[in-house]
Amino acid sequence: MPKRTDIKTILVIGSGPIVIGQAAEFDYAGTQACLSLKEEGYRVILINSNPATIMTDTAMADKVYIEPITLEFVSRILRKERPDAILPTLGGQTGLNMAIELDESGILDELNIEILGTKLDAIHKAEDRDLFRNLMYELGAPVPESDIIHNMVEAKALVARIGYPVIVRPAFTLGGTGGGICNNDQELEEIVTSGLKYSPVTQCLLEKSIAGMKEIEYEVMRDAADNAIVVCNMENFDPVGIHTGDSIVVAPTQTLSDRENQMLRNISLDIIRALKIEGGCNVQLALDPHSFQYYVIEVNPRVSRSSALASKATGYPIAKLAAKIAVGLTLDEIKNPVTGSTFACFEPALDYIVAKIPRWPFDKFESAKRNLGTQMKATGEVMALGRTFEEALLKAVRSLETGHVHIEMKNPAELTDAWIEKRIRKAGDERLFFIGEAIRRGVTIEQIHEWSAIDLWFLHKLEKIVMMEATLIANKNDKDVLRTAKRLGFADKKIAELWGTTEAAIYAFRKETGIIPVYKMVDTCAAEFESNTPYFYGTYEDENESVRSEKESVIVLGSGPIRIGQGVEFDYATVHSVWAIQEAGYEAIIINSNPETVSTDFSISDKLYFEPLTIEDVMHIVDLEQPMGVVVQFGGQTAINLADKLEANGVKILGTTLEDIDRAENRNKFEAALQELKIPQPQGETAVSKEEALVIGEKLGFPVLVRPSYVLGGRAMEIVYNLDELAYYMEHAVEASPDHPVLVDRYLTGQEIEVDAICDGENVLIPGIMEHIERAGVHSGDSISVYPPQKLTDAQKETLVDYTTRLALGLGIVGLMNIQYVMSEGEIYVIEVNPRSSRTVPFLSKITNIPMANIATKAILGQSIVEQGYKPGLAPEQAGVFVKVPVFSFAKLRRVDITLGPEMKSTGEVMGKDATLEKALYKGLVAAGMEIKTHGTVLFTVSDKDKDEAVVLAKRFSTVGYRIVATEGTAKLFEQNGVKTDIVEKIGGKGKTLLDMIQNGEAQLVVNTLTKGKQPARDGFRIRRESVENGVPCLTSLDTAEAMVRVIESMTFTAEEMPKAEVTN
Amino acid sequence: MKTRLLILEDGTVFTGTAFGSDQASQGEVVFTTGMTGYQETLSDPSFYGQIITLTYPLIGNYGINRDDFESITPAIRGFVVRELAEHPSNWRSDMTLDAYLASQSIPGIEGIDTRKLTRIIRTKGAVRAILTEADAEVNVEEVVAQLQNTPFITHHVREVSAKTAYPSPGRGKRVVLIDYGMKHGILRELNQRDCDVIVVPYNTTAEQILAMHPDGIMLSNGPGNPMDVAEGIETVKNLIGKVPMFGICLGHQIFALASGASSFKLPFGHRGGNHPVKDLRTGRTDITSQNHGYAIDMESLKNTDLELTHIALNDGTCEGVRHKKFPIFTVQYHPEASPGPEDSNHLFDEFIEMMEIEAAKENQHA
Repeated sequence: MPKRTDIKTILVIGSGPIVIGQAAEFDYAGTQACLSLKEEGYRVILINSNPATIMTDTAMADKVYIEPITLEFVSRILRKERPDAILPTLGGQTGLNMAIELDESGILDELNIEILGTKLDAIHKAEDRDLFRNLMYELGAPVPESDIIHNMVEAKALVARIGYPVIVRPAFTLGGTGGGICNNDQELEEIVTSGLKYSPVTQCLLEKSIAGMKEIEYEVMRDAADNAIVVCNMENFDPVGIHTGDSIVVAPTQTLSDRENQMLRNISLDIIRALKIEGGCNVQLALDPHSFQYYVIEVNPRVSRSSALASKATGYPIAKLAAKIAVGLTLDEIKNPVTGSTFACFEPALDYIVAKIPRWPFDKFESAKRNLGTQMKATGEVMALGRTFEEALLKAVRSLETGHVHIEMKNPAELTDAWIEKRIRKAGDERLFFIGEAIRRGVTIEQIHEWSAIDLWFLHKLEKIVMMEATLIANKNDKDVLRTAKRLGFADKKIAELWGTTEAAIYAFRKETGIIPVYKMVDTCAAEFESNTPYFYGTYEDENESVRSEKESVIVLGSGPIRIGQGVEFDYATVHSVWAIQEAGYEAIIINSNPETVSTDFSISDKLYFEPLTIEDVMHIVDLEQPMGVVVQFGGQTAINLADKLEANGVKILGTTLEDIDRAENRNKFEAALQELKIPQPQGETAVSKEEALVIGEKLGFPVLVRPSYVLGGRAMEIVYNLDELAYYMEHAVEASPDHPVLVDRYLTGQEIEVDAICDGENVLIPGIMEHIERAGVHSGDSISVYPPQKLTDAQKETLVDYTTRLALGLGIVGLMNIQYVMSEGEIYVIEVNPRSSRTVPFLSKITNIPMANIATKAILGQSIVEQGYKPGLAPEQAGVFVKVPVFSFAKLRRVDITLGPEMKSTGEVMGKDATLEKALYKGLVAAGMEIKTHGTVLFTVSDKDKDEAVVLAKRFSTVGYRIVATEGTAKLFEQNGVKTDIVEKIGGKGKTLLDMIQNGEAQLVVNTLTKGKQPARDGFRIRRESVENGVPCLTSLDTAEAMVRVIESMTFTAEEMPKAEVTN
Repeated sequence: MKTRLLILEDGTVFTGTAFGSDQASQGEVVFTTGMTGYQETLSDPSFYGQIITLTYPLIGNYGINRDDFESITPAIRGFVVRELAEHPSNWRSDMTLDAYLASQSIPGIEGIDTRKLTRIIRTKGAVRAILTEADAEVNVEEVVAQLQNTPFITHHVREVSAKTAYPSPGRGKRVVLIDYGMKHGILRELNQRDCDVIVVPYNTTAEQILAMHPDGIMLSNGPGNPMDVAEGIETVKNLIGKVPMFGICLGHQIFALASGASSFKLPFGHRGGNHPVKDLRTGRTDITSQNHGYAIDMESLKNTDLELTHIALNDGTCEGVRHKKFPIFTVQYHPEASPGPEDSNHLFDEFIEMMEIEAAKENQHA
């Protein structure tokens, strides 16, 4: 069927900020969809609140709106743009929920706007548990015994009937927020209460647990002519019970016979046909390992994380084709973009195996519960391809960048057998490594199977890996054994350890003996048809298919898995760098390991190598491609960290040299450079031991800021207020050593300022200056950023420009740099220089229309800023105010303290823009998911040092009509200052306590700064968690609270009494 | 671990590890892209005389079970895989693939770059090859010369067809199933629909068949070149117009040849479970299971009473025809699946329906 001509303009809804459960995969899907629709000649309008994405580049759509994805703002855009249709199925759950809201509001009917892709009734049928089960009954598809419950009484009644264990799945939530498995009454009480709270329709599905079965997924597509295909099937290493986003997954399925496969394929196709989905759909199934009995677990009637994975695993671009199907094209008339010769209506055949491992944030949130269950906790994932399972798995392990290069724990000697058993029985992020440890200790795989229900097929493979370790030890320097080990995916680093030599020595030995990988093409068809996809993976086989081209090439290193501190913004810069390299006439080659991203879409670069970002894997590609050089400054710290080893191997680092990178990152060298440039920085020193740190602390005076050098996202960074705290930090938070020094700086309170700049070696272009709402001490990634600065004088701006320019030139920057400043008592100090792309690059690029990554790349390749048509210095300020507001995923992470501090905690960000700061903040806060109410109750629990500031805030909240509630001490102070305050009991008090108020929904906002001192900190933590658990915004910085009240003030009219005339006579 | 060689007629030598039987073996190497279904594949008689390469690298993962065979004795000459599973894992698994192939005297080789082999087959077409033990006496040049001089086999069907007729009783329509190398799946589908099936050898005459008073005739799949099956073509020629007929794969080709069309050898065949076939009448595309090295020339249909009904979406070749006057339709692919997708399973229902309509007509005339 030809594409529809009755539609001209289509609004695409993006997925908003990156949160756990909804990450970069929707940037990939949305970008593909927008380009795909434009390719077909439609006018595309995009709304997405996330500035860090490629999809919100103005080139991606005819019109891009970076506005909150809320009914209010989307409706406004619909009225203004009058599109003929909206496409909501590529924006994750956010997109679907928005479509439902728009429909219910009546605006779609009113403006005669059609929903493309999946019809609303199908969304309802797939998402509403009752309707879904009815549909499954109609199709004869088995579902686990279950029922919808709306309250605790119903929940208990159901459990009485079906028994424990049961799974709680809240309706209409992302990534299973608020759900979990309950084994007893207490867990039921806890999880059902939270589940009901998180479900926007106060509805949960309680389901008989089928934990332990094989979890299988099918990615299916269907078009309007009812053609339906399976793009990919996948098998979870972790059995049912762990969210698929938190499971290790392989594609295709490994332990299913053809009959089982066809049985599940048939039902998956029946489901997509019954739902009449026009586009992509994900079907999750549970299969009994001992019979043909299966259950349908869940259906996602849209493009999902799994479909991004399936696209990268097979080469089949699901989102791109889903967009084409949405406008009426059919699979049998769309060309398969991979082969270019066959059609999209076919099922990819793989001749390799794919392993995906999630990347969890527990390295940052050490206090978080590491247990995995039905609620997703991973922030990102890595994928690896290989010709054996072992190879794919071990490549994926070393792609994680968690310090693991093998299936082993870092501290095996410290682990007891009992602990290992516990961590295998109860799945957590490190289960794979614990299993490796158990096998090494002689635990049988049958025993491990009993503990974990992981299929023996997988366990045999892990055993094979462990057995190989012994073979290696017994056969030092044996090249046949080495080859076998490499075919099983062993890292050089691991082999070096077993052979008692260095990684470099193994690499050299392999090159000498010809044990090097070849690169195979990902072509969707297992070589059946000739393809020209420039998409490769490395493996140890005979025939290499990746041919070096005549053109001079540049390799760009990607940023690996999405994690806190290194998000989609680095992928944005990577992709822009690739485009700039191509514009400059070179061949651009990407290496990356993240399946969710735009950069790993093979149509972006001239060549894509889907490989781990380790020195070994990168050097193999460098050896083959012989590029002019490697660009490391766009791939975040991942890429920067490879620079020294690359250079040691004789590879040219393009842009800022390794020496200069080191000068900016090495504390002592940096200090020397600053002294030379006469640019002030907060006093500080480097400590390599606890004793040294204490001496420094005493000398500088408290508070001090402590952190390890070479870190990203402020990991393990803390502000400490006295010697005891410092001693504790040195003992527990870091391992200081001459190789890993710890920085101790005077902590300056003040205005934090951030500047991004581009330097070509001669001139410096500063697109903009941003100031932070939160005072220094809160990580820049967790602060609200404002452009242009609202508080700086022209003279201060000039100083910033001067410092930035001198720093860029003085540090020898070629390309991008990011500088954090603090202004304390009118004086400007440099806190930190990052000789690379930063989190704010996409935000600033979009605001100022200065394509920073592009200009920087061209500068790196030798085109000066002036030659590129830009004027050095600070670019003219744009009209309006722009704010970048961080978004957190605390609801998904139990036990994490949400207090903002020097260590970054946010997972994503949104942008708000408008004519005034207040309006921009309003949009930013709303887009970040906060509800701003013009009246309500605000609960103050502040530490003593904050009380004076809190009084002022309380007064302002009170003036706009908020009820103020505080505990006795604070209330008294407020009252003394004329703020009417209601008293509530402290935690543990006899009457109604703070916690009760939060639980009962009696507070609309919580301001909490109780972080210091043992008991207050413990209480403060409980208050903060309770707020998160109950969905009440909790502000831990008085600055954020000030911004909030400022917004409310701007929204409300005052209610002041008339001034009374003085009685004169 | 024994080293084994796979030597191709173009002189390429693959060195791998031996499994299965230790017998040396020679045949045409073909590849199949199905990611599951190796048990069905190795027992599919259409692979008679061939050495099969699986493009999916991990084979044997779910072992060999009692149920999934497509014939009693496999007809393949060898099995080539990247990695053989030492430890299968599936509740139905009775033995390893290795043990099974050893018991059937079929040699296998593992550990070679099967993608490289696939690319050679894709470029060169049908490739003769030998699987042999790696010892000092192997003279590659001699082996290659011998391979190049070995004529391609022409008697496939004779080898795999039933030797005598036998019934598979049911209470429904009587179907005579001409066995050119039938997969059990076809019989299973007919039995499921309660057909009263009589399986007959490929060289049974039309007269003999009509004497069984069939309601319909099923032409099975089978190996090799349809032109080699002269007796079969003759029989079908004499059956056209007399009884409803349904043909699959080689059965489809034999019917087309019997109707005056011609066939040709595909460059490297269609083998796998992901082949899209478009039904020209409904416009719908099914994903099908395929296994054939020859195809019917579409041009040659012009001078016949046949109408083209199905085409392969990928290369546009003929995938199905229908007789313009009589109730006969045939398809190049495998609606019985096993292995592969079951999207076109409805064709068996259409066959039953066709027989019912014919029976109703007969009754009216009577």
